[in-house]
Amino acid sequence: MSALLELRRVGRSFGALKAVDGVDLDVSSGVRHALIGPNGAGKSTLFRLISGEMPVTTGTVTLTGNDVTKMSQVRRARRGLAQTMQHSSLFLTQTAGQNVALAAQRHRGTATWLLPRRQPNVDARVGELLDSVGLSERADVVVSALSHGERRQLEIAVALACEPSLLLMDEPAAGMSPAESGRLTELVLALPREITVVIVEHDLDVVFALAERVTVLHLGQVLLTGTPDEVRGSAAVQEAYLGSSNRGELFESTSAPPQGPLVPNLLAQGPLESTGGG
Amino acid sequence: MSAEAETPTVDEPIVPSPGSTGPSGSPGRRLPLGRLIAALLLVVLAAVPLFVAQFPTSMLARMLIFALLAVSLDLLVGITGLPSLGHAAYFGVGAYTAGLVAKHWTAAAPIPLVAAVVVAAFAAAATGWLAVRSHGVFFLMLTLAIGELIQQLSESWSDVTGGDNGLYGIPAVEVAGEPLVLVGYVYWYVLIFAVLGFAVIWAVSRSPFGAALRGIRDNEARMRSLGYSPFRYKLAGFVIAGAVAGLAGGLLAVQQQLVTPADLGFTTSALALLAVAVGGAGSLWGPAIGAALVVLIRDVYGPDLDGHGTLVLGIVFIVAVYSLRHGIAGLSTTQFRRGPGRQTEKADG
Repeated sequence: MSALLELRRVGRSFGALKAVDGVDLDVSSGVRHALIGPNGAGKSTLFRLISGEMPVTTGTVTLTGNDVTKMSQVRRARRGLAQTMQHSSLFLTQTAGQNVALAAQRHRGTATWLLPRRQPNVDARVGELLDSVGLSERADVVVSALSHGERRQLEIAVALACEPSLLLMDEPAAGMSPAESGRLTELVLALPREITVVIVEHDLDVVFALAERVTVLHLGQVLLTGTPDEVRGSAAVQEAYLGSSNRGELFESTSAPPQGPLVPNLLAQGPLESTGGG
Repeated sequence: MSAEAETPTVDEPIVPSPGSTGPSGSPGRRLPLGRLIAALLLVVLAAVPLFVAQFPTSMLARMLIFALLAVSLDLLVGITGLPSLGHAAYFGVGAYTAGLVAKHWTAAAPIPLVAAVVVAAFAAAATGWLAVRSHGVFFLMLTLAIGELIQQLSESWSDVTGGDNGLYGIPAVEVAGEPLVLVGYVYWYVLIFAVLGFAVIWAVSRSPFGAALRGIRDNEARMRSLGYSPFRYKLAGFVIAGAVAGLAGGLLAVQQQLVTPADLGFTTSALALLAVAVGGAGSLWGPAIGAALVVLIRDVYGPDLDGHGTLVLGIVFIVAVYSLRHGIAGLSTTQFRRGPGRQTEKADG
């Protein structure tokens, strides 16, 4: 499988602080790849460097073989990069269907229509996508009336409406109940293989349930990239998360389906992970 | 005025009535009441010259023109989230263009109006290319500066514009070779093109493009992540608004047969913005009513108030801002809509 996303020596500094420092990352086409790490590891910053929301200080970003380092977020989005946000930013006064339609019309070429005409192909796509995330019954409900879990599902439908080849997900399970994060995991697992998924997530149950590759970040650098089993077995990773004294406690019983926050409680404490640091 | 009577698609009720707007934001059949009122209003407006004296008829024509300016500004303020303090510049560019074309070339309808629209659109494209890159108060200041610049130009380029005296002696518009001299005919001419202008703004605001403009207004960062280029959409919105303001200006040249630098100055821009705020940004029909109110207070009752019409406008503005969160348009939505969805309706503008 060829690399869909390649990062080479990618770095981002805020003054003297190196939030992301020389990160190399290869994400193969069709893979579900997770980025994990303790608070302040640089996950969200790296996420923004990939999406183009923030420019890199050093290094290169390659998407489907093209160097996109200098490309704006808009141009990367048009090249098949879609994302779901950590803090849901759906349009609250619009219906679920309208939120998806806004993304779908851009990618179906009707966004520049100046007349209020029906868009059958957009409507069909919206129905299809809402169905795929289990929200077909909720199409006409305004977002402000949807539950937190439903909004997260809707976020995925909106991202899929961008016809992505790479889907970036920033903490999709944040604030979800165990049942909701279980549903989310199923949803991501059911995505077609043409879509490569990079997921930043605190909830290790979710990570180990769906990721095939895991990259552990620590202090802005890559500590380890490997299979979930390799990551679980790594002493270095345990040390980075918990310090040496707690070694051995981190990844107990996490291979079972998500049943709620076990260790992640520990990890989820404290302020939200670096959103820039500078 | 079918153009303004529909409410925009964003204000969806929680559980829409059957047959309401589809997910793509395309038009549906909601309350037919709005269309009924619009049709009725259009009939009444069309019948005005048959029953009303000349002065009120020409005042009503002025209201229509100013309403068209306010509605075109609402496309920027209410739909795109760009509060402009220089929108009268394009109104003035349209007015001078139509006046010059009528005076020096032909007064045959609709050539001066078409020229007004085209030149105003170009002016909006050139200046908007700079302005829409900025946000919030910087956009306000930039548009103010652009408006002042264009007004300066109209004052100092006296060979063409007539300078401070204005451009006078604009011939009456000709339809099929006959000049429209009677007030009633001029009114009908204004009405037809004003309705056309309202229709354009209404159609744009309800189109997929209009949905994108609203998205940019509410969350530009999100729209970028969906692959939208906010700059291009805002510029296109700015040009459309400028072109329709130019149409309103062209109608002013027909109606007044005189264009002065005051028509494109700061006061006109500010009054248009006031009309939008009082009427309720984003509703389109609200600003049209706000504009009618402004003309009524300033031009109709102004002389009786010893020139204190502006003071009354100021009070109206303060009252509207403090007591009507969504302007005049907010009053009707309170009556016709229920559910928590409308509580969170856009409060911007």
